[in-house]
Amino acid sequence: MTRSDPDAPKRLALIASKGTLDWAYPPFILATAGAAMGWEVGIFFTFYGLPLLCHDIKAAVSPLGNPAMPMKMPFGSPGFQGIDWPIPTVLMSIPGFNAMTTGLMKKQFHNKGVASLEELRETAVDLDVQLIGCQMTMDVFGFKKEDFIESCVIGGAATFLEFASEAEVSLFV
Amino acid sequence: MTFAADQVLDCSGMLCPMPVVKTTKAIKAMQVGQVLKMIATDPGAPPDMAAWARQTGNEILQEAKEEGKFVFYIKRVR
Repeated sequence: MTRSDPDAPKRLALIASKGTLDWAYPPFILATAGAAMGWEVGIFFTFYGLPLLCHDIKAAVSPLGNPAMPMKMPFGSPGFQGIDWPIPTVLMSIPGFNAMTTGLMKKQFHNKGVASLEELRETAVDLDVQLIGCQMTMDVFGFKKEDFIESCVIGGAATFLEFASEAEVSLFV
Repeated sequence: MTFAADQVLDCSGMLCPMPVVKTTKAIKAMQVGQVLKMIATDPGAPPDMAAWARQTGNEILQEAKEEGKFVFYIKRVR
């Protein structure tokens, strides 16, 4: 089926360039929603987004340098959960703080009914979303094809752009 | 008006994009003409399901709110 075919499915081209726990979500959410609507979807994983293709997703999050991130607790009474804790920036750099905030965010997502990144990635594979790993990023940061899940392909900017050139929607995340 | 559902899918407690994803999987496993009853609690489900139906060409026969939950009757059209 060529793209000029009026019956061809819509196409969504995404770039996932960030690998923190929060920013890893949007490409997977959009990709799975698009694929669920019958769209043809591809995600190009580049720079810090590339490790999202690794067998184990180790995405973490830190409020350090991100004053927009709410610091709320995922447990306790509704009133307690509603408090936005004023954490001094200096405390955010103590060892273990990233692990703690990552754990709290995962718990918050789980409590609210958000799927895990692993689940969303599996769903994406299930729905035939094309996962493209960036060759240049692999070379620069020292990743091997074996580090990644089997269902991804490796390509470069030209590979992605060719796919994106006929997409109705292209987004950089 | 009530519709006879051939299958029921409960997406209670799930947030975006899972109700849409689970609905797609369930619909794909059904025959054209059959009806899926989908239950969701995500307040984003009504607009998302409407968009999903427009994009996939399937039909939402009815959308109702029952006991604080959204209930959709979806017919597989294609």
